[in-house]
Amino acid sequence: MSGLCLASLGEVEEPVLRTIAECVEERIGLPVVRRIQLPVPLEGYDRARGQMSSVTMLKLLLEQAPSGISRILGVTESDLFIPMLTFVFGQAQLKGRAAVVSTARLRQEYYGMQPDGIALLGRARKEAMHELGHTFGLIHCPDTRCAMSLSINLPQVDSKLEWYCEGCWPVLQERLEEVR
Amino acid sequence: MKAVWKILVVDDEEVMCESLAAWLREDGYDVDTSSSGRQAVERARASDYAIYFIDLKMPGGMDGIETMMEIRKLHPDAPVIIITAYATVDTAITAMKEGAQEYIVKPCNPEEISLVVARIIKVKNLQLENTILRKRLTGQYDFHDIITKNPRMLSILQLVQDVAGLRSTVLVRGESGTGKELIARAVHYSGDRADKPFISVSCAALAETLLESELFGYEKGAFTGASTRTRGKFELADGGTIFLDEIGDISPKLQADLLRVLQERRFYRLGGSEEVKVDVRVIAATNKDLAEEVSQGRFRDDLYYRLNVIEIRIPPIRERREDVPLLARHLVQRLSPELNKDIQDISEGAMKVLLEYEWPGNVRELENAIERAIVTCRGQVLTEDDFGFLTRSMQERKAWSVPANMTLQDLERQAVSAALQRTGGNVKEAASSLGIDRSTMYEKIKKYEIQR
Repeated sequence: MSGLCLASLGEVEEPVLRTIAECVEERIGLPVVRRIQLPVPLEGYDRARGQMSSVTMLKLLLEQAPSGISRILGVTESDLFIPMLTFVFGQAQLKGRAAVVSTARLRQEYYGMQPDGIALLGRARKEAMHELGHTFGLIHCPDTRCAMSLSINLPQVDSKLEWYCEGCWPVLQERLEEVR
Repeated sequence: MKAVWKILVVDDEEVMCESLAAWLREDGYDVDTSSSGRQAVERARASDYAIYFIDLKMPGGMDGIETMMEIRKLHPDAPVIIITAYATVDTAITAMKEGAQEYIVKPCNPEEISLVVARIIKVKNLQLENTILRKRLTGQYDFHDIITKNPRMLSILQLVQDVAGLRSTVLVRGESGTGKELIARAVHYSGDRADKPFISVSCAALAETLLESELFGYEKGAFTGASTRTRGKFELADGGTIFLDEIGDISPKLQADLLRVLQERRFYRLGGSEEVKVDVRVIAATNKDLAEEVSQGRFRDDLYYRLNVIEIRIPPIRERREDVPLLARHLVQRLSPELNKDIQDISEGAMKVLLEYEWPGNVRELENAIERAIVTCRGQVLTEDDFGFLTRSMQERKAWSVPANMTLQDLERQAVSAALQRTGGNVKEAASSLGIDRSTMYEKIKKYEIQR
C-alpha cells in the first residue's frame, strides 16, 4: 500500500516522531507505512556554519526511500540551512517525494527560554504538515492560520494551525486521492 | 486572480541558485536560474522578470553589476537585488548607485529576504492593478470592445471617430440593450474630452422634480431637505460630456429647461439666482421614435432638432446576426474569469441556439444569457444544455395557446414574465408593452415572485 515513510535522521525523540505520525494519519489520512532510522549525512555538515545542509538531507532521503511509498518525511534535531539563508525550519521538494523538518529551532531553549515539550510537539506537527503540503504541490498560503503559511520565526509557527485552510484543503485532498 | 510573478536567480554556484529558487518556488513564484551574467541577459531578452537576484561576483567576464546594467538596457525599471558573500561599503554603494533596488549579504535571514521580495512584489501588484484599471477605464470604452463585423455597425464606428473631436450634440437611437451608452462613451473617450468627466443620467429613472435637481443642482434651502448647496450633473460634467439616457421620457417643463441649456450653455440651480456657465457636450439616447413623438406633440420639435444634430442608430442584434458568435465568444472570454470559471469555448450546438434566438433584449440579454450559462456550466465548453432556458422560451413562444385549465392569474403571470424576457429585464419597457404603469408592474413581479 502506498503511504508515508517517516525517517529519523540521527537521534530524534520518540514523542516527536509519534506525534507527527499520528497527526499525518489522523489529519490527512495518509498512513505511515514505514519507520526507518538514518544516520545524519556528514557530508552535508558545514563546519563554518555549524549547520546541516537541507539539500543533502533531501538527497539522502530520496536515496533511502523504500520502494512503493509515495512520500518520505525526514525529521532531524540538526539545525538546517540552505546556502542563501541563515536557516530553514524544513525543506521539501515541491510536488516531489521528499521533505525534511528540523526541530532545532522549534525548541524555545534555542532562544534562551525555558523548554516546553508540549509546544515543541505542536510546532513539529505544524512544520511536518507544512512541508508535506509542499510535496503535494501546495505553495505558501496568505492565510496566517493555515499550515501552509510561511513561518520564518517561532511566533509565526505558533500562530498557525496544524490544519489547512478552506482554499488549500480541497487541493490537497484531490492530490491525496491520486496517491491512495 | 493572483498573478504568478517570474523571478530570475543568477549565481555561478549551482547549489546557491537552486536552493534559493526552490525556496522562492514554495512561495508560489515562477523561478528561472542562470549560472552566468551572459546567460541571464539572454533570459532577460526573452522574458521580463518581476525580480532579478544577481550574485555580485561571477566569473566569465561579466560580474553582477555589469549583468544588472545590461538587463537594465532591456528593462529599465527591472528591480534588481544584488547578492554578495562579502559586504563592503564600496560594493554596496556601487550597486545602489547603478540602480540596484536592494543589496543583501548571503547567507541572509529568511525574514529579510521575505520582506525584500514582499516589498517589490507589492509594488508590482499595484502597478499591475493600475494597468488593469486603466485598461478598464479606457479600454472598455474604446473601439476594441465594440465587437462587430456588421457593415452598418462598422460605419457607425467610423462615424463615432469622425464626431469624437466635435462639440456637436449626438442623438443615439436603438432598442433597449443595444449598447447606446457604450457608443456614447466611445464618442467621449475617443475625443479630446477623454480625460474630463463622462456623466450618465437616466432620465426615466427619476420623477420630474428630482430629475430637475439632479441635472441642475440646487441652492441651500431650495426645498425641504436641501441642507447644502449641491452641484448638478451639468456642473459635474463641465469640460466633459453628459449622457442623457431615455431622453424621450422627460416632461415638457424639463424639455424647455434643457433647450435653454443647449442654446445658452448656462442655467440656474434650483432656488438660485446666480447663473452657472458650463462647457458640456450633450449626448442623448432614446429607444423611442422621437420624430413620431414630435408629430404627436409629446416632444418639442426645437429640442428635437437641437439634439438630433448627429444621429447614430444602432441596429438590434436580429439585424446583425453575424455578430452573435463574435459577441458570445468575447463575452465568454470576459465573464469566465470574472465568475471564477475556466470556460474555453461554446459548442456548435449551443451557438446554433444563440443564432436562432431572437434576442429582444439585445446585447444586454445575450450577456445575461452567457453569464447564466457560465454559472451553471460544469465543463469547459458551453453546450446546448447550458442554454436550455433559451430553447424552452423559444418553444413556449412558438407553441403557446391558452390551455383549458389556465386561470386568469396564470395568464397574468405568464404575460408579465414573457414581457420581462422580451425586454431583457427592462421593467419600464415591459410595463409599457403590457399597457400598465411601472409601479403596477413591480407589484406583479413581487406578487408572482418573478425573477428578472
